[in-house]
Amino acid sequence: MSFTQFIFDNPWIGVLLFIILSPFVGGIIFGLDRIVTARMQGRVGPPVLQPVYDILKLLEKEKMVVHESQNFWIFGYLVFIIITGALFFAGSDILLVIFALTLAHVFLILGAFSSGSPYAHIGAERELIQLMAVEPMIIIAAVGFYEVTKSFNTSDILAFSDPLILTLPGIFIGFVYILTVKLRKSPFDISTSHHAHQELVKGLNTEFAGSTLAMVELAHLYETVFLLGFLFLFFGMAAPIVGIIVIAIIYLIEIFVDNATARVKWGFMFKSCWIITAVAGVLNLMALYII
Amino acid sequence: MLVLPNNGLRDTIVKAAAVVTCLGSIYLLFEYFGQGQVFFSIESALIDPIIVAAEVAIGLFIIGISVKHKKYLITVLAVVQLLIMGYTEIVFHPGHMSGYDLFIDEFSLIMALIIGIIGSLICVYATGYMKDYQSHHKDTPDNRPLFFFLMFLFLSAMFGIVFSNNIMWLFLFWEITTLCSFLLIAYARDEVSWKNGFWALLLNTVGGVAFAGAILFVNAYSTGNDIYLNELLKASPGVALMAAALIGFAGLTKSAQLPFSSWLVGAMVAPTPVSALLHSSTMVKAGVYVIVRFAPVFEGNLVGITFAVIGALTFLVASGIAISQSNAKKVLAYSTIANLGLVVTCAGIGTEEAVWAAILLIIFHAVAKSLLFLSVGSVEHKKGSRDIEDMGGLIATMPKIALMMLIGMAGMFLAPFGMLISKWASIHAFVSAMPPFGMLLIAIIAYGSGMTVFFWTKWMGRLIEVKSERKPLKEEASGAEMSAIYTLGGLTILACLIFPLISATMIEPYVNTVYNTASHLLSLNNMLIMLMMMVLVLLLPLSLSHFAKGRTLKGQYMGARATGDDLKFLGSMGIMKETEFSNYYFEDIFGEDKLNKIGNLMTIVLLVVLFILITLFLPLEVVM
Repeated sequence: MSFTQFIFDNPWIGVLLFIILSPFVGGIIFGLDRIVTARMQGRVGPPVLQPVYDILKLLEKEKMVVHESQNFWIFGYLVFIIITGALFFAGSDILLVIFALTLAHVFLILGAFSSGSPYAHIGAERELIQLMAVEPMIIIAAVGFYEVTKSFNTSDILAFSDPLILTLPGIFIGFVYILTVKLRKSPFDISTSHHAHQELVKGLNTEFAGSTLAMVELAHLYETVFLLGFLFLFFGMAAPIVGIIVIAIIYLIEIFVDNATARVKWGFMFKSCWIITAVAGVLNLMALYII
Repeated sequence: MLVLPNNGLRDTIVKAAAVVTCLGSIYLLFEYFGQGQVFFSIESALIDPIIVAAEVAIGLFIIGISVKHKKYLITVLAVVQLLIMGYTEIVFHPGHMSGYDLFIDEFSLIMALIIGIIGSLICVYATGYMKDYQSHHKDTPDNRPLFFFLMFLFLSAMFGIVFSNNIMWLFLFWEITTLCSFLLIAYARDEVSWKNGFWALLLNTVGGVAFAGAILFVNAYSTGNDIYLNELLKASPGVALMAAALIGFAGLTKSAQLPFSSWLVGAMVAPTPVSALLHSSTMVKAGVYVIVRFAPVFEGNLVGITFAVIGALTFLVASGIAISQSNAKKVLAYSTIANLGLVVTCAGIGTEEAVWAAILLIIFHAVAKSLLFLSVGSVEHKKGSRDIEDMGGLIATMPKIALMMLIGMAGMFLAPFGMLISKWASIHAFVSAMPPFGMLLIAIIAYGSGMTVFFWTKWMGRLIEVKSERKPLKEEASGAEMSAIYTLGGLTILACLIFPLISATMIEPYVNTVYNTASHLLSLNNMLIMLMMMVLVLLLPLSLSHFAKGRTLKGQYMGARATGDDLKFLGSMGIMKETEFSNYYFEDIFGEDKLNKIGNLMTIVLLVVLFILITLFLPLEVVM
């Protein structure tokens, strides 16, 4: 416990660990993801660190762009994704974390728009729909945390005496639902996809190559670590081991769903996210007062 | 202004007057800074008759013009309003306590700065814009002398509203703004302008009648000095609440909340400086100003909850409609309505934190929104269109204005810019307010902010979407226009950088006086984080110079089609076709008519229920 206490007292350590370790942790998660996916399809799959190698390879490539300015937007995306996670692991106000996340995604979308490409354009519009689809649930999750712990600070939420999932089961379900969108997993990978068999034209990422694409991929590693960290808040220091096990199971389910479903139309994605947010999320919030 | 000819002299005088107004409001800041509430008055036996005479004159003018244009409903309302005021004057002889007619406090000062600085910048802009406007609209009679006269009268009336302590005076200035806005909306004097002008007048007279009702009520049911705002706020709950409900209702009409929002959308027919004025520093801000003034009265009661829910519904519905609009001015209009909805929600909640958030919202909205309106106005003159779809690649053709628009839009919805700070503050305020209504409001805000991100980002995307290199225009707008736009762009960023200062020296003292507390509403940590993010956003563009080096430029991927210049591609019939982009608008989900209908119905029901309940319960309590 003394180690965790030490981290609580020194938020900068959490930030440093996040910034340094995330590419590897995220890389390993994605590597395992690819191996599990391969096994589900009867293949062997790549080495665990393949996603990291991919990024290193991308950095070596020729720097090819449509407009110079698109790199600026993507760089902004990477910077603000890192800031999102850093604020989160520093234990700051969770609403600020969420707003920084939105800002980061706006940068990504503007990067795609700025290329002026028809494929990237459609990808950008779709990413925007995704952003609108998941935003309410994330804010409601943050408010749910506050209503139980009476604090918006991630550090206080993490240190709360009871696992939040017991009082916020609806919000947890809603959040897991939108997690599929955030992780760019099928059936909700409408703006861009990780999978070679769906990669005919890479939607949002169409015009990003070389180091630009490397920044996008790197940002995605950071974001995944942040999102899983967010999920961990539902368990907190009250039930850390259960939390890690449940998160692992959820991630496995995500991989399974990713492989077992076909991409849906954006309308279904958008409407279902909002309906689930209302039914599971908002009702859960209301229920906190009745019980 | 009325008599000056259309030439450089008038423009110079307008600019000089603008500078004077601007400096005047800054002088006020230095003079009254940190003094809390200060009262003063104009001592003259003539002042009361003048006020009464002015009110009668406005009433008669409205009756006259509505009869002339056969808008008899307005006539009836104006007559009713005059009768109420006349009855009040004759029967109750409202008492006059010398020395209390005007006052100034931190909130008035903030409003005065907004009106003085932004209002006068808009007037400067108008000197350039109106010259262009008249050459674009040859069939519109050149009424510029009247135009500038009305603009300044409007600003003066706004100063009157924020400094009046006597609600009779407040009401007079209130009516002047109604009248000015009507005449300015109908500036073009054609059929559509008259129609929309009268629609604005109609809805605002409805509010005017409610205001007059409030004055009658206060005079009839209370003794002493309750016609003074500062006394009224402390009056017995019954009196204060009834007055607050009626004046708040008037505020709803003026700040274009549902179900009255349609007038502000219709007001888009007016020349752009008028729209900018209506949306940022005058008119709608008068509406929210009175509602926020009465916020302490709303805390934790039925009236407050109703207002909060109406504001939240307005936020939700207007944000939704903004998604489905491609007319730039309409998007701006709906976003104004939405943001004012948020202000009204905060005021309706009425807690200390909520009022703090509301005032921040007013400040940031005024700056960013005026910037956007003026930019769109100049783009419209150059491009001949106010459609967002026609602004594709604006960053290449009009880089300066496009950049200013990006700043304005970022100011409207992105962290760490202004509006987002306020949204963050309002969520903080709602969580501790009135369960389970607070939760309902949060849910509405959560959905609404998702929509906000959508419609702003797709517009930003449109601006920066450059298909191929294009030469920028030599002159994007006249010097007067550009100077106003640049100043506002600078102010948008400045406001974000110094908002902790504004909060600590002006908003917090005001809130602390009103609520008799001494709390700090913004933790140092969060403030630092936001400032750091702001600095980072400002520094990021420096990376552009790095990214400009050593890149290979390639055309966009076009599905391996044979392509030509400017994204032309060889179609299947062997003809070169041009690639066209357009944004998503979701007419079927967020259609204007549909959402307006639902929103209006819900808010009308809410208001009717509220006033039935009030008339059933409140007067009894007051009488006994």
